Amino acid sequence: MAEGSLDLDRLKAKLGVEWAPRSYPVNSEMVRRFARAVGDPNPRWQEGNIAPPTFVMAIGFEQFVDELMSLVPFGTVLMGGTELECYHPIKTGDVITVVFKISSLRERRGKMGRMAFMTFDSSYQNQGKEVVARCRQMVIGY
Amino acid sequence: MKQLYYQDVSLGSEVSSLTKQPTTQQLVMWAGAVGDYQPIHYDKDFAQSRGLAGVIVHGQLVGAFLGQLMTDWIGEKGALRKLSCSYKGMNYPGEVIAFKGKVTRKYVEGGQHFIECRLWAENPEGEKTASGTAVVILPSRG
Repeated sequence: MAEGSLDLDRLKAKLGVEWAPRSYPVNSEMVRRFARAVGDPNPRWQEGNIAPPTFVMAIGFEQFVDELMSLVPFGTVLMGGTELECYHPIKTGDVITVVFKISSLRERRGKMGRMAFMTFDSSYQNQGKEVVARCRQMVIGY
Repeated sequence: MKQLYYQDVSLGSEVSSLTKQPTTQQLVMWAGAVGDYQPIHYDKDFAQSRGLAGVIVHGQLVGAFLGQLMTDWIGEKGALRKLSCSYKGMNYPGEVIAFKGKVTRKYVEGGQHFIECRLWAENPEGEKTASGTAVVILPSRG
């Protein structure tokens, strides 16, 4: 992509607007695969029915990146930071509904051209309508 | 795994440290587990074309390592309530990353026993590539 060609208008139009909710059933294989990827041998997640607190980051993330890229075709997306609040453990068998929203957007010109500094807020609700977690991610796209 | 209690923790005491040496294979496992298929995490030429020194470790994986640092320390009866981290520098596969933490505050609120910690990740040069905070709830003796 040519430098500086990113058009952030479609993202700006979404500022503060919640994206369509999506639901994800959590199964033991997803949790085990996550724990193995972290190299976390804790039997609670490797063999039990509880997901580690950071598993939240994996829920819906692939579709989040796809939707972000469909709004602005960034060449690269880097994570600048994560703020996670966990209220209830996520268990296998839960169905987690995720809602994303872009809460801030700032532009800057860097050595790789136009860069977008974005903050995304997401909330995670289980099948009992309990909010189990909230997450804020700082994302840099260029 | 030994259970940590609120009374075991004093201000300034250290969180049991954790070290990781993520391989490129681990990055692929993480990519699959969370659905983050950006080539900066597995394609060196692409990563360099995007202004990076080489393939980099996913920021969120570093966040998940910090999560493991805390869940290892607090044991089964502890709960990670908040985890914030900012990914300030790059981590590269093959490097040993040390994860450390220090207790900055302890307090009781609403009958629950809270501990706050400052956390960070250190690369082999001793640079803090990520830093953040955590809030955990611990069981109380008696």
